[in-house]
Amino acid sequence: MSDINLLPVVAIAVPLLASVLILLVGRYENIREGVTITAAVAMLGTVLAMLPSILSGSRITISLLPMVPGGDFALRVDAFGMVFALTAATLWLLNSFYAIGYMRARREHAQTRFYFCFAVAIAAAVGIAFSENLLTLFIFYEILTIITYPLVVHIETPEAMRAGRKYLAYLLVGGVFLLAALVLTYILTGTTTFVPGGFLAGSGSTIVLQVLFLLFMVGFVKAAWMPLHGWLPAAMIAPTPVSAFLHAVAVVTAGVFGIVRIAGWVYGMDLMASLGLGTLLALIASFTIITASLFALTEDNLKLRLAYSTVSQLSYILLGVSMLSIAGMTGAMAHIPIHAFLKITLFFVAGAVIVSTGKEYISEMKGIGRNMPVTALMFAAAAIGICGLPPLSGIISKIYLAVGAVEGGMPVLLLVLIASAVLNAAYFFPVIYTMMLERPDDEFSLAAVSEPPLTMLIPIILTVAISILIFFYPAMPFMDLIDIAIAEITGSVIP
Amino acid sequence: MTLIDHLPVFLIAIPILASLLILVAGWWDRRLCYPISLVTILSQFGAAVIILAQVMREGTVRYYLGGWAPPLGIELAIDSFNGFILTTILLLSAAAVIYARRSVEHEVGPEKTIAFYVLFQLLVTGLVGMTITGDIFNLYVFLEISSIAAYALIASARKPRSYLASFNYLILGSIAGGFILIGTGNLYAATGALNMLDISRLLPASFELATVHAGFLFLVIGYSIKAAFFPLHIWLPDAYAESPSAVTILISTVMSKVSVYALFRIIFTIFTTAYIVDVFPVTGFILFIATVAMIAGAVIAIAQSDLKRMLAYSSVSQIGYIMFALGVANQVALEGGILHILGHAVMKGCLFMVAGLIIYRVGTSRLSDLGGIAKVMPISCAAFALAGASMIGIPPTIGFMSKYYLVLGALEAGHWLYAAILLLGSLLAVGYIWRFIEIAYFRDGRDRGSGAARTLEAPASMLAPMVALALLCLFLGIFVEGLMEIVGPAASLLLGGA
Repeated sequence: MSDINLLPVVAIAVPLLASVLILLVGRYENIREGVTITAAVAMLGTVLAMLPSILSGSRITISLLPMVPGGDFALRVDAFGMVFALTAATLWLLNSFYAIGYMRARREHAQTRFYFCFAVAIAAAVGIAFSENLLTLFIFYEILTIITYPLVVHIETPEAMRAGRKYLAYLLVGGVFLLAALVLTYILTGTTTFVPGGFLAGSGSTIVLQVLFLLFMVGFVKAAWMPLHGWLPAAMIAPTPVSAFLHAVAVVTAGVFGIVRIAGWVYGMDLMASLGLGTLLALIASFTIITASLFALTEDNLKLRLAYSTVSQLSYILLGVSMLSIAGMTGAMAHIPIHAFLKITLFFVAGAVIVSTGKEYISEMKGIGRNMPVTALMFAAAAIGICGLPPLSGIISKIYLAVGAVEGGMPVLLLVLIASAVLNAAYFFPVIYTMMLERPDDEFSLAAVSEPPLTMLIPIILTVAISILIFFYPAMPFMDLIDIAIAEITGSVIP
Repeated sequence: MTLIDHLPVFLIAIPILASLLILVAGWWDRRLCYPISLVTILSQFGAAVIILAQVMREGTVRYYLGGWAPPLGIELAIDSFNGFILTTILLLSAAAVIYARRSVEHEVGPEKTIAFYVLFQLLVTGLVGMTITGDIFNLYVFLEISSIAAYALIASARKPRSYLASFNYLILGSIAGGFILIGTGNLYAATGALNMLDISRLLPASFELATVHAGFLFLVIGYSIKAAFFPLHIWLPDAYAESPSAVTILISTVMSKVSVYALFRIIFTIFTTAYIVDVFPVTGFILFIATVAMIAGAVIAIAQSDLKRMLAYSSVSQIGYIMFALGVANQVALEGGILHILGHAVMKGCLFMVAGLIIYRVGTSRLSDLGGIAKVMPISCAAFALAGASMIGIPPTIGFMSKYYLVLGALEAGHWLYAAILLLGSLLAVGYIWRFIEIAYFRDGRDRGSGAARTLEAPASMLAPMVALALLCLFLGIFVEGLMEIVGPAASLLLGGA
């Protein structure tokens, strides 16, 4: 089913081209931002153009050039890749508007560098989504690591530089492990091309395949599972649009995307089960979910609390994979876009509060909802969504996960889900309460505070709107895509 | 015989004549030196490409000097391996000579221009000769030609420290030369031949002789000194750091690579894998030392406070990667090693060019004085970042590709531990590359002269080769498959295949 179709190449080339243009026209701010927005629209258009054929069950494969033994440089768009690409492309567009508002309002320096890195990073993220094999995925994964570094250290203070080193250390060491896993996979099987349902079965002894899986897990340290999560809170030093990018659009998503890819397209659920890897993954995921939630409870800095919330939420995805059941896998895949759209709202709001009031600590945010009602309301909505309450999308993936826990024969994981839901509420509701209901200590301190500029406010509203839409119409397009992906890896007929 | 058939000898004869021409023409007008040098090296590069294409089409090119067939005469033999090396070193020489003009004006001084270009030309001649000769004694002769030129060139920076560096190198280089001569003598005593092909044919009969073992050790140690293989690298940091930029580029990219080439040639073509695996099992030891070199070189590089010195120690580390291939000694690893000879030459050339530009504009290469340099030298620092990424091994640069082959080769040979060390050790490169990146991009420097908009970017003749090399780091990596069509046969040639 593969006619010559250059759309995947276009989707990656557009932001790369934009990055060059951004450098060239960097001096003229409006043109520069115009380039970013145009590219974001063009990329979303390209991704959407591929959607119908993917939804009809076909795949787009294109081999660009041979590289090394172990894989060509090749792209393949399938349903699961589409879930990630669509999420990233949509959020890049919204995040671009938001970033323009944020960066201008804060009069941040080095904005050309900022937009340049952003454009390259999104190209890398979509490249990861559309990778046909491990080698291509690894190439984009490393590019993503390097190019997000300047974004993380954007403010260039000694503290930021330290955080940057930590970021780089974790992710590059992870990259080395991923490379080791890649080479080992090639040695064992002679290929690294993703195959629905996996291709590792029978290629090595149990212990080798178990070690290989650990290599993959450390390799995908971008998924921020504990105890290898330290880089993510450290990276909170970055400007808020970058945090949104790290947490929702691309970076952590790339990590969990990779793990799901490995589970479904390299190992396969049957092999995972026979190796006992589900249990291992369940342990890691449960530990991370609970511990990170506890960390989040104690954080007064809003962005840090959100960061730990991300660490916790990402492990929902790992938890879903660990159940090795259809419902669990579905929940894991669904949680990628659902969490992304909800979490980006929360970061957008945190940034809006910084722009409007300069406040970063929750204890200082008493009553800001009076002056910023829309912003605070959107925060409340997204937080409720993450806790898994209707009418927001969060409940969808949670239901699948709960079903998966029972289906996969691990009812104990239900307890993890319930405990986590309680903890979610425990660390989000006080924030909502502080923002909307408490009185400010000093009535006059908020006099000059108002809603953020519209370039920031509209993306915030839109992300919440999308989350509500996903709740009412889950099928289009995410659940349909995920159904196809699940059918692929389980070998059943595409619905 | 047509003219094309004589190309191999032109590779050596023309630059020797050109060096004389530079001397004469330079007397008349000093400004003529540069164009003559440039044209000569570019035409050599062209000839190398033609010969390489011919080799890939028709197999090994053999040329008997003066028509005298060996064992009487000297033979030039170009196969896919040294054809590849030849093209690599002439590419880098061309880049270095383009870059040299401003660097010479700045660091060497106008009155020494003629001498500089004559020596530069002789150095290239010697290295080209070493690469294409098929005669082991001839190899030694060309080695000494290039070495003597190099000693003088290093001293041409005319600072007390560069005199010392040159002198140190002279001493160690002479010891190495002595070792090599003794080793060559031993092989001659054992086989009665000097032609490499003849020796490799005759040698298996006397594999067990102590003379041969001693010859092997003398040759390997001698060339290891010249190649700065850890722990025989002690001449290298001073020689690299204290010589004029153009010279640093040439010796760091071309000269060290040719010595490594000679090691590969001697070990694989003359002694063959049968000797190093079964008779005198040395690969395990080389692999161990190579791994130590990778780690130690990188760790010392991290501790440096001077950019050029940091890059010099990085070379010690990178030579370890190439020797790693020699230690693993299977097809895939050797492909990686040969690829890394090219890859390291390109990226280290680019990095030293950036260091040279910084010295040219700022007058120092002390890291602590370079805060915020990227604001005034954006192109140079971007080139550094790209070549540095290649040094670290970020895909899809050429540095990643060679590292990938090395790891794959090590795993195929069952060296799990070494593969793991190589992978983790490669991260040490982040330590020194990133130090400069942090300082250049993210640290506020002192106010540099008048006005923030002032750019310190160097003249085009220095920028162009630097940018070209930086882009090569990327494009050689992306289109690595094309290179492998040469490197693959070269590696199997070394292992005794066709």
